[in-house]
Amino acid sequence: MARTRAALMITCLGDMLYPEVGVAIVRLLRKLDVDVEFPKGQTCCGLPLFNSGYHTEARAVAGRLVELFAEAPYVVVPSGSCAWMVKHELPGLLKDTPLAERAQALAAKTYELSQFLVRVLGKRRFTSRVHGRVTYHDSCHLLRGLHESASPREILRNLEGVELVELPGHDECCGFGGSFSVRLPEVSSAILEKKLVNVEATGAACVVACDAGCLMQMSGGLTRRSSPVRAMHLAELIEGAS
Amino acid sequence: MSEPELATPFRARAGEALHDGFLQQALTIATTKFIDLRREAFGEFPEGEALRDRARAIKEATLQRLDHYLEQLVDNVERLGGTVHFATTPEDARRIILDIAERTGARMAVKSKSMATEEIHLNDALEAAGVTPVETDLGEYIIQLAHERPSHIIAPAIHKTKGQVADLFSRELGRPDVPADPEVLTAIARAELREKFLQADMGITGANFAVADTGTVVLVTNEGNGRMVTTLPRVHVAVMGVEKVVPSMTDLAVFLAILAKSATGQKLSVYTTLVRGPRKPTELEGPDEFHLVLLDNGRIDQIGGTLREALSCLRCGACLNVCPVYRSIGGHAYGYTYPGPIGILLTAMLNGPGSVKDLAHASSLCGACADACPVRIDIPRMLIELRKEVDEKRIAPWTERMVFRAFAWLLGRPALFRLTAPIARLMQRPFARGGRITRLPLFFGEWTRTRDLPPVAARTFSERWDDLAREGRR
Repeated sequence: MARTRAALMITCLGDMLYPEVGVAIVRLLRKLDVDVEFPKGQTCCGLPLFNSGYHTEARAVAGRLVELFAEAPYVVVPSGSCAWMVKHELPGLLKDTPLAERAQALAAKTYELSQFLVRVLGKRRFTSRVHGRVTYHDSCHLLRGLHESASPREILRNLEGVELVELPGHDECCGFGGSFSVRLPEVSSAILEKKLVNVEATGAACVVACDAGCLMQMSGGLTRRSSPVRAMHLAELIEGAS
Repeated sequence: MSEPELATPFRARAGEALHDGFLQQALTIATTKFIDLRREAFGEFPEGEALRDRARAIKEATLQRLDHYLEQLVDNVERLGGTVHFATTPEDARRIILDIAERTGARMAVKSKSMATEEIHLNDALEAAGVTPVETDLGEYIIQLAHERPSHIIAPAIHKTKGQVADLFSRELGRPDVPADPEVLTAIARAELREKFLQADMGITGANFAVADTGTVVLVTNEGNGRMVTTLPRVHVAVMGVEKVVPSMTDLAVFLAILAKSATGQKLSVYTTLVRGPRKPTELEGPDEFHLVLLDNGRIDQIGGTLREALSCLRCGACLNVCPVYRSIGGHAYGYTYPGPIGILLTAMLNGPGSVKDLAHASSLCGACADACPVRIDIPRMLIELRKEVDEKRIAPWTERMVFRAFAWLLGRPALFRLTAPIARLMQRPFARGGRITRLPLFFGEWTRTRDLPPVAARTFSERWDDLAREGRR
């Protein structure tokens, strides 16, 4: 069988703050017979610029992205919000430019990690690095932007030794919202507080998410309140194919 | 809200709301209930999703030919013996209504709940002209007694607990020891209001819809006060935004099927009042005069503007109930007539983009509003458009614009971008303890005041890639 080729879009937060997530993804994909490429010169998908209204600047970043990932047959992104940016906003940003068609092509071949595992590779059963009870937080862009709630749950439900419990208010925002988290930190933290109360009520040892933004927000709140609960990226739970 | 209150920055207003224990309690209870009821209502109604699309399509088609439908509405209302007025600005609308009051010698006006009359600050104008306005919707009655403004589009007193309402009634109505029992409170309001209905010379309402081809003004209420306001006084004045017109009764049925479900989770509201002009000679009840005030106030400009979609809003309040920001700070902190996600768009529509410099950012863009909206208004997208406008019109502070432009510049230069990791590692050294950063100076402190931050990794993914690539070849 011909091996699948996929490029990893590490994202700015993933690169700087959560490199172990990227490493876990590379090793996992290799175990699943995927040749992982890492196009050099990656910076950011431009979502922070786009969401704050700096669209001229975001367009320049989008143009770079389209060229960087032109070769790869698939692009895998560990964050739902960045995947959403590429799939939903890049084509619009580059619509009247010479890159329009290539932006469409990039959008079509880009997947958030859990989607890539389940919907592209058809892999649902994995061995686990952790044991016990976990809960899952639906990241807003993955849930409402990419309409994906099934793939991460399917993976978690099938993880050996892991019990998935539903999070009350699982579809409610964690309060991150990019620059929102520092423009209105008090409001952002109040929203986070509600999320963490729900997380702790599940009795789970860890809350899983598929977005670096949510993880930064939730883990930042959890360690601050000295909670024993950890916030983890889905990839950190998976050991390999089962 | 008055000018001095708006002089407090939005962030400070939001902060005060977060520290108001009563508000927090009231908001959590009410919005959670609304969310559950809405979910149940649509859960039992599989046709709902298709009807939401249909409703949006009707709104879009109506906007395409708004002039045509408004002309038709005007013709039909006049044919039924009513009078139609067109108000470009809130001042125009107030003057029209005060002229009617003066001509008919009105001294007291009973009002059914109406956001349009809140928008034009009608009550203050009526009082100044010697006409006593009496709000007859229970929630509006409460906030009128408290000298406040509505904090929710359909539940104006959502910010008050029943205990606070009992205290208010004791104080304002001179009835000692009112218990915090909703039934008792409602009975008191009912007794107080019954007299006013009979005394009032004028009834003032909004309009949830107006049907162009029949000239019918439609009111959706739960307490029956709308029916009293439109039948007992001598004069009825309805105030509505021009976008509220719908082509036909068939179209109306589509909206009625989704409005109450989105707002309160009811299949239909308790009362759906259809008003067609003044009382006819053969009829027993109804006013001698019927006036319809069509309000523009920035709406018509937006038919071709960035906020066009917001003209489809039904004012159901569903987006407020699901919004994590609204649920945290309530309606008053927003500072304008319309709160919540849709309120930010409407504020920009009515007051210009300068008014939402901060409010445009009062959203995590989580998208819950767009999901809940019965006509699927893409509120997050328009918030982003407003942010863009705030930047382009240089309303945003220059420091912010500089920071974002510098960030963008860096993103285009990967070699320099990679240098940010070693620089950050150097700078974070005094602050990183045990694998986390608990305190940072300057602007970064906005994050660390309530949350820890992971430090920039000892080796970023980019820095590890060469090793990983070698590992892959083995």
